[in-house]
Amino acid sequence: MEVVAELALQNNSMNNKISVKNLNVFFGDKHVLKNINLDITPNKILAVIGPAGSGKTTFLRCLNRLNDLDPEMKFTGEILFDGKNIYQGINPVELRRRVGMIFALPIPLPMSIFENIVYGPKLAGITNKKELNGIVEKSLKDAFLWDEVKDRLNDPAMKLSGGQQQRLCIARALALKPDIILMDEPCSGLDPISTAKIEEAMRQLKKEYMIIIVTNNTKQAARVGDYTAFFLMGELIESNETGKIFTSPNDKRTEDYISGRFG
Amino acid sequence: MRLNPKTSQKIMRIVLGIATGLTIFILLFIIVFMLSKGIPVLNWEFLSNFPAKMGKAGGILPTIIGTFVLTLVAIVIATPLGVGAAVYLTEYIREGKITKIIRFGAESLAGIPSIIFGLFGFILFVVTLKMGWSILSGGLTLAFMILPTIIRTSEEAIKTVPYSYREVSFSLGATKWETIKKVVLPNALPGIVTGIILGIGRSVGETAAVIFTAGSSLRLPSSLFDSVRTMSVHFYILSREGISMKNACGTAAVLVIFILAMNLTAYWIMHKFTKRNL
Repeated sequence: MEVVAELALQNNSMNNKISVKNLNVFFGDKHVLKNINLDITPNKILAVIGPAGSGKTTFLRCLNRLNDLDPEMKFTGEILFDGKNIYQGINPVELRRRVGMIFALPIPLPMSIFENIVYGPKLAGITNKKELNGIVEKSLKDAFLWDEVKDRLNDPAMKLSGGQQQRLCIARALALKPDIILMDEPCSGLDPISTAKIEEAMRQLKKEYMIIIVTNNTKQAARVGDYTAFFLMGELIESNETGKIFTSPNDKRTEDYISGRFG
Repeated sequence: MRLNPKTSQKIMRIVLGIATGLTIFILLFIIVFMLSKGIPVLNWEFLSNFPAKMGKAGGILPTIIGTFVLTLVAIVIATPLGVGAAVYLTEYIREGKITKIIRFGAESLAGIPSIIFGLFGFILFVVTLKMGWSILSGGLTLAFMILPTIIRTSEEAIKTVPYSYREVSFSLGATKWETIKKVVLPNALPGIVTGIILGIGRSVGETAAVIFTAGSSLRLPSSLFDSVRTMSVHFYILSREGISMKNACGTAAVLVIFILAMNLTAYWIMHKFTKRNL
């Protein structure tokens, strides 16, 4: 509980900041992330780009310690969240309440829309019905889904369209009032209109949250990213303001990737 | 001489068709034969009365109750053990040598003839632990017998729950146990229930394991330490000792109907389960 209190004190997201220092990740013998150093700023969107297998998703999953589920995973280095190492003295369960995650495919749990959203808050110990109703309404509004589902909150979440499901997943992550939202190619399975809706939601959400989005789509990075980081074969090649990355990258490989010469 | 493909095609079609037809015919023949011999005996008195003259006359009420109670005890013991073991094997330890050994053990256990379970139960529960011929001895023996079935079906059911559900649950701040309780088990439930029903089906019809351990008393049991006679044991005794072939068939018919109903239920649950997940 001590950890919760400490993290909660820092809930003023204006000061929240992530520092990744000398991060190396291995799965078995495979060196997946090589000496990553990166600072991430709050209230901005960081877009992580790079070809398949470059370690983007692994990087993202380090930030909420979802990689811990794989017993083969080993790592060195540190990830500081408000100066505290998230791999030391912090319970991953508490960490994941502060760091929401949106997966590549929309994965509603096979229960109602309402139950999906209160899943996290209930586990966190919120039982007051009124409070839960409030959380559901606020999260759905923030994810731009409320108007479409407010009359059928008890319908199975599986009945929603793909785009709606993904916004439901966003609402579900928001319901825990996290500081950071991780998105792992959140639009890869969606049509352009649904994608536009998610991107619009992201632009609104960054006012309150730090967002890190992994994307295979460099155009999406250019559209939504304030900062862009380019990963290649486990290395962070460069990271900078999105405008600079896309107009005058420092590294030849970044330029080649962005201009579509490979990837 | 080589047959031309067209002819061999025709011949094989007929041969395979006959194989299928025979299988269905044999199945139907057994069921229709047993029911046609047994159903004329069935009436309310047969189901609700006590046997008279060792079963030559009267009904089969105590054997129905005996079958029911014995199966209930077996299921109550085997379900938590089996489901628990399945959860542990799938969620808590990694696929490797140990799981393979355990799975091999469970499969071998499933292949052991039931009479061996009977003899084992007799020696361990009835004699060594001095439980006597009783519902408890019989129930424990049946529980051991159906345990592998329940473990295997539960394991399969748990494995069908997508891994992504677990990741979502973890990402929302659930612990492992909360994830199992709130996401894995509810979604695996229909499969687990099917396994339990298969276990019930095996217990209900079991004779060899039961005759050794639960005895063959025709009185109504009043405690777990009383002996009971199941339907299958009853008609085994009726026919073997030449007491009444007519009543043996009647009892068998009740059993067949009961098992058909169980299997239909299992099928229905499976069907509902697969449809819901599409």
